[in-house]
Amino acid sequence: MYSFEPNEEQQMLIDVVSKYAENDLRTSSNENEENKELPKKLINKGWELGLLQASIPESYGGFGERNAVTNVLALEEMAYGDLAGTLAVLTPSLFATPILLAGSEEQKKNYLPKIIAGEWSPYTAALIEMSFDFDPNALKTTAEIVSDKIKLNGTKAFVPYAKEAHEILVYANLNGVTQGFIVPKDAVGLSISEEREKLMGLNALPMYKVELRDVMIPLSNRLGGASGHDFELILASLRLGSASAALGVAKSSFEYAKNYAKEREAFGVKIAQKQAVAFMLAEMRTEIEAMRLLTWEAAWKLDNNKEDVCVSAYLAHTGAADMTMMVTDRGVQIYGGHGYIRENPVELLMRNGRGFAMLLGLAIV
Amino acid sequence: MTIEFETPKPIVNQQVMLKTVAENMMRPISREFDENEHEIPWSYVEFMHMAMKAAGGGGGLTVTEKPQEGDEKRPPIGYQKLAAQIEVLAWGDVGMYLITPGGGLGAAAVAAAGTPEQKEKFLTRFNSDIPTYAAMCMTEPGAGSDTSAIRTRAVLDEKTNEWVINGEKIFVTGGDKSFTHYEKLGKGFIVVWASIDPTAGRAGMRAFVIESGTAGVKINKLEKKMGIRVSDTAAISLVDVRVPFENMLGSATVEKNNTGFRGAMATFDATRPLVAASGLGVARAALEFLKEKLEENGVKIRYGLPRQKLSNVEREVIDMEIMLKSAWLMTLKAVWMADNKKSNALESSMSKVKAGDVTTKITQKAVEILGPIGYTREFLLEKWMRDAKITDIYEGTGQINRLVVARNILGYSGKELR
Ligand SMILES: Cc1cc2nc3c(=O)[nH]c(=O)nc-3n(C[C@H](O)[C@H](O)[C@H](O)COP(=O)(O)OP(=O)(O)OC[C@H]3O[C@@H](n4cnc5c(N)ncnc54)[C@H](O)[C@@H]3O)c2cc1C
Repeated sequence: MYSFEPNEEQQMLIDVVSKYAENDLRTSSNENEENKELPKKLINKGWELGLLQASIPESYGGFGERNAVTNVLALEEMAYGDLAGTLAVLTPSLFATPILLAGSEEQKKNYLPKIIAGEWSPYTAALIEMSFDFDPNALKTTAEIVSDKIKLNGTKAFVPYAKEAHEILVYANLNGVTQGFIVPKDAVGLSISEEREKLMGLNALPMYKVELRDVMIPLSNRLGGASGHDFELILASLRLGSASAALGVAKSSFEYAKNYAKEREAFGVKIAQKQAVAFMLAEMRTEIEAMRLLTWEAAWKLDNNKEDVCVSAYLAHTGAADMTMMVTDRGVQIYGGHGYIRENPVELLMRNGRGFAMLLGLAIV
Repeated sequence: MTIEFETPKPIVNQQVMLKTVAENMMRPISREFDENEHEIPWSYVEFMHMAMKAAGGGGGLTVTEKPQEGDEKRPPIGYQKLAAQIEVLAWGDVGMYLITPGGGLGAAAVAAAGTPEQKEKFLTRFNSDIPTYAAMCMTEPGAGSDTSAIRTRAVLDEKTNEWVINGEKIFVTGGDKSFTHYEKLGKGFIVVWASIDPTAGRAGMRAFVIESGTAGVKINKLEKKMGIRVSDTAAISLVDVRVPFENMLGSATVEKNNTGFRGAMATFDATRPLVAASGLGVARAALEFLKEKLEENGVKIRYGLPRQKLSNVEREVIDMEIMLKSAWLMTLKAVWMADNKKSNALESSMSKVKAGDVTTKITQKAVEILGPIGYTREFLLEKWMRDAKITDIYEGTGQINRLVVARNILGYSGKELR
């Protein structure tokens, strides 16, 4: 069966997330970016919507089952409000979801209940590295098995909340294969940059460089236990996280531009009545829909263990990243000079929009 | 409702069968009928008619699903089946798909705007033993995208209770097979759009069924085209053509609202995703051929690598796949909405915008990437590029469909956004 409508439960979730996105995130987005800060209250409110909690089974303290399609829907909706806020709210998933997907029983029991029990608490993950051809399947950070320990070396970039994190899931290259390793904050040889990362966008989200110099951790801290895990499906989930957030950012810019075009006048008519503008809007809407469906399909494949899910997730992520750049660029264009001024939200959306080509590993479904 | 992408069983089965048809009945003669424009591939025409009758379809490629009894919970998939059929036949040869026997756009107009009696009178013929065609004539030399500018007139002769029609129509797909008498074909008709009251604008527009052989109708020429050459495109003149009063579809009174015209537009909501599907079939053929040739030459697409590590050819292919897959999903969504009686004017036009874009881009890029192999007539790829271009032109050009999308999202009327 083909079907293109969220079910009742998903619709209810979309509605609550949408309220938070519209009333809390969207209204504070620019201020947070300018202040380079996200109020804890704001993050906690988002956390209480329970997106991660609903992905975790009761046996580990949650109240549901992970559904990638549902998470795609929720993530788009939240990112529509604000990208930095969304990534902050969901930072603990970067640690918890891979454990849910690939962790050993011991790791699940050990971490999942404690992460989701109370208020938002900083658990995070480190994937990105500072090189032009950063490739999650060919990491430069290395892991080496040394008798009954693992030795980690390398530098990670753009790690959200690394400074306050209790534990960091660090991805590293073990004999040519990407594996996750749980690194406690007090590990010897682990250092977190004093200064926060400074990026083109996402300035409200605190991110850090993480350096690992001969960090030794027990074998049991390898994701999945001593024998490790498959990285493929985690990567697919990360790609879809990025794709869904991209959809939300694009939709936000499109909505601003559409409303502005219906208000703004030039040459005696609304600018939306000019085809040059109307056609841009038509194409923005069309491309958002195209990438949304591609993302939904890949997520559905993830939920249904379809063979080609990894390629699908890759295509959805690649397509959504391009689309969001195109859409957010046009958002600024339709505002004209006003789009270039930071007090207009389309300005930040374009800076954030560029990020999806490289920000893999900051959201997961 | 839910979000789901499992191809329904009936569609899976149908596709396997149609692929055989495409491979065995279409592809082998594709080139021959491209080079010999205006010849008719009777083998395909007669085979398809027989096959569709045997399958219980009748009436050609239309939504054939009967209302289900018993198992009423199963949602309808008639349009989805049709879109999938069209996609795979177009993958075989889109020009030949266009001459699949049946009522085509002519019958669609009758189905959308006709009374029950008219449907009975005009549509049963497609179920007969020999292939039968119908065509739709809207476009005129001076009126293409702007359908309100048509000059063809219909005047009622009250003495005989007949309509007298005068005008000139061009670019009529299937016009020849629908109107000219061929021994191997049944009696077809053309549906002609004309004004019964030029002062009323669109509200005065009506559709008239003109039976094959009617006096005063002349096929002036068959166009020579860039592609889809096996599909006849006729120029037709109408001089004092007389048709019975009851051949006018729908109501004769000129009401303030434009029901007549709305009928035509409603047809487009239904047919645009189908045209999208036909384009995407060609695009898929081109992309598959491209990948096959690349692989023969040792180029494998390394999915999963960051762009920076891919060759330019790999990037192009990956982008083409993103385009093709997403355009197909949009088409599916539009027909799924039609099946579920959801209003789909926006989705329908978006699917056509997207398909027009990606079909032309994919075929043109494929020819470019393959160089001489793309450009030679030894292979079908160059033909597919020529065939593909029509997708962005008929059933509303890319621009006209962008207008429809824009009006929808902005809440504008045709007056507010021209
Ligand atoms: C092979 C073929 C088969 C066809 N089959 C049929 C058929 O069966 N029945 C039938 O009735 N017609 C048929 N057509 C006609 C087809 O639908 C028209 O050609 C099409 O609608 C465009 O009209 P036109 O050619 O007059 O172009 P024009 O309307 O003159 O358009 C020229 C250009 O101007 C652009 N344009 C026009 N209006 C606007 C606007 N408001 N805003 C922005 N841009 C605009 C168009 O997009 C196009 O790029 C067929 C055409 C072909 C080539």
